[in-house]
Amino acid sequence: MSFNPACLKNENLGKLVWPLVALFAIVVFNVIFTPGFFNLEIKDGRLFGSLIDILNRGAPVMLVSIGMTVVYATGGIDLSVGAVIAIAGAVAATIIRPDYVKGVIEYGEMAPLVTVIGVPLLLALLAGLWNGALVAYVGIQPIIATLILMVAGRGIAQLITEGKIVVFIHEPFQFIGGGFLLGLPVPIVIVAVMLLVTYLLTRKTALGLFIEAVGANPKASQYMGIRAQLIKIATYMFCALCAGIAGLIICSDIKAADANNAGLFLELDAIAAVIIGGTMWGGRFTVAGSMIGALIIQTLTTTILTRGIAPEVTLVFKALVIICVALIQSEAFRKILTGRLAKTEAGQS
Amino acid sequence: MKIRLNQKNIPLLATIAVFFLIYAAGSFLYPGFFSLRVFVNLFIDNAFVGIIAVGMTFVIISGEIDLSVGSVVAFVGVLIATLVQDYNMHPLPAILLCLVLGAAFGCAMGCLIHFFKLPSFLVTLVGMFLARGLAFLLSLNSIPIKHDFFEALTDFGFQLTRKVWIPSIAILFVAVVLLGVFLSHFTRFGRNAYAIGGNQQSAILMGLPVGKTKILIFTLDGALCALAGIVYSLYTMSGYPLACVGLELDVIAAVVIGGTLLTGGVGYVEGTLIGVLILGLIQTFITFQGTLSSWWTKIAVGVLLFVFILLQRYLSSAYSGREARGRDGKKAAQAEAA
Repeated sequence: MSFNPACLKNENLGKLVWPLVALFAIVVFNVIFTPGFFNLEIKDGRLFGSLIDILNRGAPVMLVSIGMTVVYATGGIDLSVGAVIAIAGAVAATIIRPDYVKGVIEYGEMAPLVTVIGVPLLLALLAGLWNGALVAYVGIQPIIATLILMVAGRGIAQLITEGKIVVFIHEPFQFIGGGFLLGLPVPIVIVAVMLLVTYLLTRKTALGLFIEAVGANPKASQYMGIRAQLIKIATYMFCALCAGIAGLIICSDIKAADANNAGLFLELDAIAAVIIGGTMWGGRFTVAGSMIGALIIQTLTTTILTRGIAPEVTLVFKALVIICVALIQSEAFRKILTGRLAKTEAGQS
Repeated sequence: MKIRLNQKNIPLLATIAVFFLIYAAGSFLYPGFFSLRVFVNLFIDNAFVGIIAVGMTFVIISGEIDLSVGSVVAFVGVLIATLVQDYNMHPLPAILLCLVLGAAFGCAMGCLIHFFKLPSFLVTLVGMFLARGLAFLLSLNSIPIKHDFFEALTDFGFQLTRKVWIPSIAILFVAVVLLGVFLSHFTRFGRNAYAIGGNQQSAILMGLPVGKTKILIFTLDGALCALAGIVYSLYTMSGYPLACVGLELDVIAAVVIGGTLLTGGVGYVEGTLIGVLILGLIQTFITFQGTLSSWWTKIAVGVLLFVFILLQRYLSSAYSGREARGRDGKKAAQAEAA
């Protein structure tokens, strides 16, 4: 990991080239083989088309990858996002229909939107606080610390819905997943807002540098006066918040809370997006790269769906894309490619 | 390596205590809990988890992690089912082919981790995607296996008492645990694994074959996953591409509860066995209780995992505080221990 401030800008841009090439390749493939891929129509003042669809379907992955990027940059990882998504959805649905799990069909008093959105997001923040505290204060490795919530979190979500799929109708809440704002689906607008907030926070304040410093060397950053533990907790809480919002979008979109399947495997998609985007594990991060990564994954999924291949097989393609990108980023692999294989293995680990 | 009563054995002792506590509680609360049959069932129902856990113990001892295990089990199950049912292959060569493929899969992951210095969670995450995707590529549905030889394998076993039958998969589980104990305590391979997990830099400087050992560990792990996949298909008599989603977490939990330190360098296959049995006991407990739903298992496993990690954390910081000044001394302390 070389630090050379002079070429940072170029380095960042250079990192985005490969993911962009990959995304471009998939899009070109679609232009040739999928008729009407670029068609955009406006119906009733709303935009429709494959591209909008990819953005709309990809919104949860994009949201979670924003949070995951920041956590990844601190040298962490958050496996619990899928569970947090399930919890957020379960809580929102239960607030709307508190007695559904007991077999009561009536809704009772309609819950105000603030509660339906606010309480799940507060709980998501709490989950993030738990993860962050385990990592920063107890000192457990991130992969294990978040594993606990990944295992138990889905259990908690099922406990809330008592193992049932809670279906509901709640007009204002359904707007989040299915509504349109300025002609765009609301999930896309939410992603755009979160992106803007993240950009302003990490690039217009010193927070981004702090996060990278903590990731690159926690001890040195501590000596510099950065409160490394606080930064870490904040990143985990932010990641959980993103997951919570994604959970609300998913839940509102399908008008139901499915504690078993909501957000299943989403953590893997998000991690894949971050890695494809070129964020280093502990160090430099680029949210833009992660967005490109998320788009690559979603476009790949959509492409495979339109080709009539079973959606489950996307996993094979995802695996191949991730390993190729990871290999290209690996210094050892580049050395072999350029024929300068290191003679000794000592001192390299 | 003799088991001495020092601090690094405390997690193992705590594990044994927890096992007896749950067992005693179950026996007092529910009639029929304290029976040979329930005990033997622990070995039957958790055979595939246990076989993987032995491989995972070596991986974690060497300081790495493997997230691909659940997918490999599903892939192997579907592959056997496809070969036997669709291609009319005899189960025996199919099983051998799966074992070889599993070992090759693990070996490939080990090579990627060692030669290209990629983090193991990333490589095995890719392995998880790949194996699951390949399983779906073979079949999207559950395939039942109907073959005389396969049924003979399942029925193989011996009668322990009049009511208790010990089937082949339980015998296989015990055999794998014994193999793991032998490898970890009495071979150079085992000692190298501990040394690498304790401190990789020191292991390199000592001239130990770090790369070879790491690749071997992942090869063993892959082969054991394939074996577990075979056991799972014997257990369910089918291959299902969605089988064992999230199994890796159960396995890691079993290994950690069994007293293996996640930082590497310390751990016992014997402990892992007890960890697996504890997970099985929790499941049995909830089945006997009757009104608690199955998601309580997840929460109980999560809580237990949390408690044991806290215990490990406390002990390893106390240990490193004594051995080396400063917070980062834990690696050095474990290297010394190994």
